[in-house]
Amino acid sequence: MSLNDWLLFLHVAAAFAVVAAITVFTILVIVGRRIDRPAEAVAVFRVGDPANILVQAGTVLVLVLGVWLAIRLPEYHPWDGWLIGAYVLWAVAGGAGAAAGKEYMRIQKRAQELVAEGRLEPSPELRAELHAARPLVFHLVTTAAVLGLLVLMIFKPGA
Amino acid sequence: MLRPNSLDFPLFLHVLGAMLLVGALVAALTALLYAWRGGDGSATLRRFAFRTLLIAGIPSYLLMRIDAQWIYDREIGSGGKDPDWVGVGFIISDLGALLLIITCILAWRAAKKPTTGGLARTVTVLTGLMLVAYVVAIWAMTAKPGA
Repeated sequence: MSLNDWLLFLHVAAAFAVVAAITVFTILVIVGRRIDRPAEAVAVFRVGDPANILVQAGTVLVLVLGVWLAIRLPEYHPWDGWLIGAYVLWAVAGGAGAAAGKEYMRIQKRAQELVAEGRLEPSPELRAELHAARPLVFHLVTTAAVLGLLVLMIFKPGA
Repeated sequence: MLRPNSLDFPLFLHVLGAMLLVGALVAALTALLYAWRGGDGSATLRRFAFRTLLIAGIPSYLLMRIDAQWIYDREIGSGGKDPDWVGVGFIISDLGALLLIITCILAWRAAKKPTTGGLARTVTVLTGLMLVAYVVAIWAMTAKPGA
């Protein structure tokens, strides 16, 4: 296997890590909308912890390895239009993803506080937090940007 | 390495399905690992893992596999011997289907148990095995050994 083959594998693996993490978050967002018991929220939201590591490592690696590949491969250049579009979407996904993560971590922390206070009954406050539009919008923007990135990577318009 | 533009759409769906499948397996595996020792929330996590495998895992698998066949029929399967990487992909995906169905059935049984036991732990190991196998498939699809 050449260095380019390794770079491509690791670049694609990093992209898989990012999309896998977004998939985990999407599942949690959907499941979270049916939860109103703090203990259940605490149990389920823990599933997002490893996905946080995956998305952070994957986001950095996918960009670094992608630019490295674009420099090494003669048919692509880091300043190609479709790659500039990808950088923009990468930044949008990163910004919106960080904002969504902050929102959901705040909700997770609140659920933990409710459990620590011994309030195990269904919580209207928690339900309202999990149905709020703001974290959902951040998550949807992240998902759309990542989907757009995948479209650019496969279709390579203008390449 | 260049491919015909006509393959872009099925390839997009194939890769998307594979990524969603890996995400579903990561979600299920994480929940099962947290449930491994039992205790508070383990029943919720086992139910979560079963539903994730059933509702997210199986449709993602179908999207990945059907589009793989679409690409194969159009571009690769026109006679002659398949490249090694195609064989690796078929072996992993076809055995993966069997494993996914078995894991779903076991996860359904494990979700009905009051405590985490051997069945749930078997589901955890099988889900981890599938994840490792799909990482090998990602390597085969990108490095294309024998191409």
